[in-house]
Amino acid sequence: MKSFVASVAIAASVVTAPVAAIAAGHETLSYVLVSHAPDSDTWWNTIKNGIALAGEQVGVDVEYRNPPTGDIADMARIIEQAAASSPDGIITTLADFDVLKGPIMNAVDQGIDVIIMNTGTPEQAREVGALMYVGQPEYDAGFAAGLRAKGEGVTKFLCVNHAIQQPTVGERCRGYADGLGIELGDAMMDSGTDPSEIKNKVMAYLSANDDVDGILTLGPVSADPTIAAVNEMGIAGDIHFGTFDLGEEIVKGIKDGTINWGIDQQPFLQAYLPVVVLANWDRYGVLPGNNINSGPGFVTADGLEKVEAFAGEYR
Amino acid sequence: MAELAASGDERVKSIPAWRRALIRPELGGMCGTVIVFVFFLLFAFDSGMFAPQGIMNWTIVSAQFMIIAVGACLLMIAGEFDLSVGSMIGFAGMMIAVFGVVMGWPMWIAILITFGMCLAIGALNGFIVIRTGLPSFIVTLAFLFILRGFTIFIPQTIESKTIIGGIRDAAEGDWLAPIFGGKIGQGLFTWMGEAGLIETFTRGNREGQPVIDGFPMLVVWAIILIIVGHILLTRTRFGNWIFAAGGDAEAARNSGVPVNKVKILMFMFTAFCACVFATCQVMEFGSAGADRGLLKEFEAIIAVVIGGALLTGGYGSVIGAALGALIFGVVQQGLFFAGVESSLFRVFLGLILLGAVVLNTYIRRMITGER
Repeated sequence: MKSFVASVAIAASVVTAPVAAIAAGHETLSYVLVSHAPDSDTWWNTIKNGIALAGEQVGVDVEYRNPPTGDIADMARIIEQAAASSPDGIITTLADFDVLKGPIMNAVDQGIDVIIMNTGTPEQAREVGALMYVGQPEYDAGFAAGLRAKGEGVTKFLCVNHAIQQPTVGERCRGYADGLGIELGDAMMDSGTDPSEIKNKVMAYLSANDDVDGILTLGPVSADPTIAAVNEMGIAGDIHFGTFDLGEEIVKGIKDGTINWGIDQQPFLQAYLPVVVLANWDRYGVLPGNNINSGPGFVTADGLEKVEAFAGEYR
Repeated sequence: MAELAASGDERVKSIPAWRRALIRPELGGMCGTVIVFVFFLLFAFDSGMFAPQGIMNWTIVSAQFMIIAVGACLLMIAGEFDLSVGSMIGFAGMMIAVFGVVMGWPMWIAILITFGMCLAIGALNGFIVIRTGLPSFIVTLAFLFILRGFTIFIPQTIESKTIIGGIRDAAEGDWLAPIFGGKIGQGLFTWMGEAGLIETFTRGNREGQPVIDGFPMLVVWAIILIIVGHILLTRTRFGNWIFAAGGDAEAARNSGVPVNKVKILMFMFTAFCACVFATCQVMEFGSAGADRGLLKEFEAIIAVVIGGALLTGGYGSVIGAALGALIFGVVQQGLFFAGVESSLFRVFLGLILLGAVVLNTYIRRMITGER
């Protein structure tokens, strides 16, 4: 696709700049990952490292591209650009179905294989003609969490939802209830996002319903005040406590036993696995028969060592 | 920059043709365009960048920059800035979505009302700048935040989300929407596809159709705005007023130029360009998001400055700004084609901006002999 000379010249022109792998002719497969994240979003660093590692291990060219300001309309242009450079495959998020549907479907119709990662749903991925979806379907993640909590003895629970306006996040609660095998009922609390408000609401709910033996929080925003609440009520470690996503306070909570486990959607896998899947599809024509769930990955006190060691890099 | 009268008048010094060619503000932009194209022809030629699909890609991106650069250029020549362009883009798109989708009004009404609102805000920007005598940098910075704030607040309040979709469906059959979101020249591209000149889709329900199915109206708007802007600036009395208002407002006032009117009209024109950009965008993509247009104001200003305009006003050219936008678009997309790590885009952009400004300044000093 581009000559060795060209790469060297570009490298020279930016002095010490890291330039995408050097490929002569079409022998090396090339894949492009397009994300919707602005440059400032550090969470995506894991994705960048994941795809770079996959490219190295699988022996393919990989590139990471994103709209610098996170503008989805710019992202659509990047997908069109990626399609115009005819890579062997495109891995992309589906951050805004309306905007990205067109460019992605055009790429697919042009003969480029597409895998949807992270944002979007398996249904949307099918609709745009992608090979598969790699990510954490919220309902399934909640369901897995519910099954696990049931095994650990939870019979009645509280789900602290700080993002009630986002239907996908609420799916986590619904899945959790179904996993436990009980009705959701009024167990899902609209907590708002204010820390002291969340804390007081949780304390009030737990005092009024003293038969609740399990809590699920949906991210650091609701988890951190809930940790404070159970500590203040003196039931930390006694009540079963699971949460989505990881964060500094959550890791501390897992360590001291307040939290039983945190659910990691494992972004690393969302970048790494599509490259492996695409490469094997292009090389040998083999393809897993279903979507791939990158999460839920349960992080307990035993697994914390690696989380802390690779935080921000691969975790 | 006024055209020189015929010789014979001892007050008018004749200037050699080569010198007049060099003194043009767009010279730097022209050199830059040539350099950029040579660079990418050498280093990204076989990457698909110069295949029809690739050309269309950087053409559209450049056209986007051109639309806002024309407005920013005329305003800058008139001696003012508008930092609210990016927020205006987000705001206008959201208003179209609110009127056309949430309230269910016909799309052409939604578009016209939005244009009316944008022009009014542009006029308000100009009015405040004129009345208070504050730098337009500060006044429009305030509107950068105000408009962005409303763009997030309004959809949050009425729809509890920050992206409103379904605009394409709502615009179905509308007479005004295709002027922004449609495409022209489909027949030409179909013929090119059949003749094998451009690639065709190899699968899906559009199999056999060409991968490019027409010129987006976005590109047509860019060309129209450039032509109108160029003629306005160089061929009309109003154009001279723009230069005069930006060069020395007081002197211009004393010689009878309606400086206030010129400046307010230029603020409105900038707002108009931002609204065109926003309308084309929502019509093409079918949804409006609260984060659309972030930092576009700086991209417009960068394109204008690469194109040779002076930040202090009174000097510049629309053609130069258009070339600046072209350079910007080609570099942005070209770096992707060349496979350069995308975080380095900003490094390149900074270097090009610096290089263009230094080049422009030196050429101007050399030619005009100013210190």
